[in-house]
Amino acid sequence: MALGRKAPGVRREQGGASQSEPLLQVRGLHVRFGNGVRAVDGIDFDVAPGETLAIVGESGCGKTTLGRAVTLLLRPTEGQVVFDGIDLTKLGQRKLRTARRDLQMIFQDPYASLDPRQRVGEIVGEPLRIAGMEAAARRKRVAKLLDMVGLGGDMAGRLPREFSGGQRQRIGIARALAADPRLVICDEPLSSLDVSIQAQIVNLLVKLQAELLLTYVFISHDFAVVRQIATRVAVMYLGRIVELAETERLFRAPGHPYTVSLLSAVPTLSCSKISDDQPQLLAGDPPSPARVPTGCRFHTRCWLRRQLGDPSICTSEDPALSGDGQQKTACHFSAELLAGNSEHRRLDVGTNG
Amino acid sequence: MSAADADYRSANGIAARIRDVGPWIAQNPGLVGGVLFLTFVILLAILAPLLPHDAYRQNVLHRNELPSLEHWLGTDELGRDLLARIAVGARVSLVVAVASTIIAVAIGVMIGTIAAYLGGLVDSTIMRFVDSMYAFPETLFAILMAALVKGQLSGDGHGLLAPLVEAYRLSGGLLGVLLTLGLTGWLTTSRLVRAHVLSLKHAEYVLSCKLSGATHWFIIRTHLLPNTIPIILVAVTFVVPNAILLEAGLSFIGIGVDPPTPSWGTMIATGAQSIQSYPHLLICPALAIGLTLLSLTVIGDTLRDMFDPALAGTRRA
Repeated sequence: MALGRKAPGVRREQGGASQSEPLLQVRGLHVRFGNGVRAVDGIDFDVAPGETLAIVGESGCGKTTLGRAVTLLLRPTEGQVVFDGIDLTKLGQRKLRTARRDLQMIFQDPYASLDPRQRVGEIVGEPLRIAGMEAAARRKRVAKLLDMVGLGGDMAGRLPREFSGGQRQRIGIARALAADPRLVICDEPLSSLDVSIQAQIVNLLVKLQAELLLTYVFISHDFAVVRQIATRVAVMYLGRIVELAETERLFRAPGHPYTVSLLSAVPTLSCSKISDDQPQLLAGDPPSPARVPTGCRFHTRCWLRRQLGDPSICTSEDPALSGDGQQKTACHFSAELLAGNSEHRRLDVGTNG
Repeated sequence: MSAADADYRSANGIAARIRDVGPWIAQNPGLVGGVLFLTFVILLAILAPLLPHDAYRQNVLHRNELPSLEHWLGTDELGRDLLARIAVGARVSLVVAVASTIIAVAIGVMIGTIAAYLGGLVDSTIMRFVDSMYAFPETLFAILMAALVKGQLSGDGHGLLAPLVEAYRLSGGLLGVLLTLGLTGWLTTSRLVRAHVLSLKHAEYVLSCKLSGATHWFIIRTHLLPNTIPIILVAVTFVVPNAILLEAGLSFIGIGVDPPTPSWGTMIATGAQSIQSYPHLLICPALAIGLTLLSLTVIGDTLRDMFDPALAGTRRA
């Protein structure tokens, strides 16, 4: 069966031939709900093989919806999700079922993502069972997967309720990796875990990425973790990417006022580092995604617009995501912002090694 | 279920569960009493042919006798042994209860799951139909159905109806009651199951299963149905007593089980006519039905509290 040929090394070599080709291309993705909510409102990005693209943003900005739309768990209203050269949105149910085995997801809540009535072995082995692997081979693979995530193969007979949150998340990871996927979408996999456990899981994810040559889309709101794990970061606001940049570039010189606000909202232990800096905290809640503001969608809360004396372009024209390969922003005044930044803004978050 | 999965299941837990039984009984005296009485009724029904007297043999010399060593619960207006008749009546009640519950719960689970899983227009159409069925008073509906079945099937059958008529004759009038109960009893079950499946449908483990390439049927079979079993059990405890009560009610007004087959309902009806002179003819079958229903209700409530703590303490309508 298909799984037999899936010796990771073999297939990665195939992928290696087309190194420049992105593994995942998302084009003009829209997800609208019946009540007028535009949860994902026109998103484009590429994910290169082997990289980690982090997607950050406030609660309700559409991060999770984006993750589900990319995996086609939620049918996008518009747009394309091209995975390994195949547009998933064009596939019928049957073809989609096989095509997205290479595209797995680690879920946010390790208590809801494991069926309470299944044994760990059944949970982890289920993707293999669906793919048609027979029982004996499956047991072996399950034991190996559990070892790989640091649980030990003898845990297969236990029920999920016998495990702690961190261990459950490891089970979830083992399950996601069972069918040897190429792209793993991590949907806030750390947000319901203790900080000490978070570090372990991050290390596990990094280790697995190196061993299995995985590509991650890492949805999160934790900048410290993102800085540690991500190659590039996409900042989402109200269903749209407002900044997409290489990680260090984004942290050193954020090019969008929203990114600046997010970064300055990150609590740090040593206040002195940013003491020369005005924290640009955001006031109020984001507008409803059912009624997106005109022009730039961030203008209602934008501190830069206020500093610049309310230029009219902010309310009249929707800025496109533009810039060079290292940093793209959707702001009319990001050049001004970056010029100002270079003098004094240095935010040191997540570098506590 | 494959060999590997079966292996995971037998690993642990059984010994620990047996150890916990003692204190558990002390906490649930009602449940234990209910189970004991119900076991007694079931044994009575199974062992009915072994009782000293025949439920159908009349003896005009011993009419309306009070309980005695010879006839433990006395005899009825035709001199038949009351205990034997209650035992056979228990058979009728239990057969009706079990069979109609199976029909009703099977239909209810199927329709509830389909409605919840498919959602959208299918869901609203099915559930509006269920709502409109609810608007009928259940007893009235049962009476109409029972009368219809009795009228259509009690004569000579020909054509398509022939096998049904034959089944009706063989079942001694039980078929009508069964069909009636089976066809009306699924409403509550379908609502319960639908609500539960709706809540499970978007669980992350269902999404994750979908992502692994599972078919709808696989998801329903391995995740949705197993996780709905507690709800189905609760639904069963709603349907069983209701079935027994409705059967007794239909038999009481003469459109249920045909005489001379004894049913608790017909026995209560005849006993009620002589309540002043021979009260035991009414009291014995009435107690039988009352205690059986009480046992079932207590068992059902306890099961529901165990499986679904969120519902604990609520009363059924």
